[in-house]
Amino acid sequence: MSDELIQRVLKVVATSKRIPLETVTIDKEFQQLGIDSMDAVEILFALENEFDISIPDDDVRSVRNVRQMCAGVEKLVAAKSAGTAASQ
Amino acid sequence: MRRVAITGAGAICALGRNIDEFAASLREGRSGIGPIESTDMSQIRFQNGAEVRGYRHQPYFDDRRADFMDRFAQFAVIAAREAVAQAGVAWTPELCETAAIVTGSCVGGQSTEDIGFHEVYKLGHNRVHPLTIPKTMANAGASHISMEFGITGPSFTISTACSSAGHAIGQAYWMVRSGMTDLAITGGSEAPFSFGILKAWEAMRVVSPETCRPFSKDRKGMILGEGGGMLVLEPLEAARARGARIHAEIVGFGMSADACHITQPSAEGAARSMRAALRDAALAPEQIGYINAHGTATPANDPTETAAIRSVFGAHADRLAVSSTKSMHGHALGAAAALECLATMLALRDGVLPPTANFTEPDPDCDLDVIPNHARCAQVEYALSNSFAFGGLNAVLALRKAI
Repeated sequence: MSDELIQRVLKVVATSKRIPLETVTIDKEFQQLGIDSMDAVEILFALENEFDISIPDDDVRSVRNVRQMCAGVEKLVAAKSAGTAASQ
Repeated sequence: MRRVAITGAGAICALGRNIDEFAASLREGRSGIGPIESTDMSQIRFQNGAEVRGYRHQPYFDDRRADFMDRFAQFAVIAAREAVAQAGVAWTPELCETAAIVTGSCVGGQSTEDIGFHEVYKLGHNRVHPLTIPKTMANAGASHISMEFGITGPSFTISTACSSAGHAIGQAYWMVRSGMTDLAITGGSEAPFSFGILKAWEAMRVVSPETCRPFSKDRKGMILGEGGGMLVLEPLEAARARGARIHAEIVGFGMSADACHITQPSAEGAARSMRAALRDAALAPEQIGYINAHGTATPANDPTETAAIRSVFGAHADRLAVSSTKSMHGHALGAAAALECLATMLALRDGVLPPTANFTEPDPDCDLDVIPNHARCAQVEYALSNSFAFGGLNAVLALRKAI
């Protein structure tokens, strides 16, 4: 995973949850950050806007921590650029 | 305090356009869920809903009258007409002046508003239709019912999300019980199938991509529904005296607030509203034989409701029949509690407990007797109808079989 992508995800989480950026690290579980299901839905909304992706419900059901979230975003961003490349 | 009878019932929803069709679908365990047809769904992740399929305002309303009514207000009047006709109400000037109307709605006429705002924001029109405000207001259902019958007594609307009609029926019940009014028309109506509203539900990620499977291990969320359900409530003695058919009695109403989280349910709050309904009805938990559950089929609601039922009923929870008819008529939001109160009334009246449809696999976290897939013949004397809203505002009605 690129550092740039991770930093953007961490920033989205911190901004949505309104917590200091330094408290959000890739090793944190959502539970440690106090992220409940409604917070998670808001973060997904913000990630979709930040990366211009659409995150399917099925992809998020098992996501419990920041690392899984970053991996999921990376996968969708890669799929999007592959799709863009294919259509060019 | 007076005993309160249900003397009239009306329904329009995905399961039918009148109370008999509604009852037949519940008995057969037939789900009204299918692809949403009234709205373009190409930009929405979920596709299914519980619509009043093929609904047109004709023959219910002439074109000019319909111009003034959002679909949700039309459903309110259609259900109220059936309930009033069935009750055989003789409208005297005195009754018109004192009868009450208490309706529930969650989104009101937001579909009308959605179209109007689309025209200004997206299409760049400079004007919104002048009837947008009177069609959108959540009390339009109550207002149109009052005009339909010339009722000039206390009339109002309660909006508590998914509990709206439960709070409305409970208020109307208390008004009749206390002697404040001798007749109440009460229930709820909803018509949430418009693009903006559906987009907002999509963003919450609580709507199932397939169907509604309450209490089932593989449940994937709720399915939105629409429709209207209305009841006529009268003092039992007066109803008997005039020879009216008594469908069931309402015997208790309980409310509570979770004071916890704006969307996540609380077992504690749900349990307190069930206990409050039992207390109001002066019933012991062991007297209840059936619960029409809130049962939305979201991951959070069903285990929470199960825990709440276990905490209120203890060992009796294993002898209770519990089902969620949302599996058939969908989650009709502000009309949900009205449709479910009617389903509970029919269960008591007809001795047939409606099933939880679309059930595939038991969930250890929802280990109740949920009447999977097939209705059950059973004579039950007392039943509860649960409604637990977003915002943590809960309403529970207690009903008794007419004897």
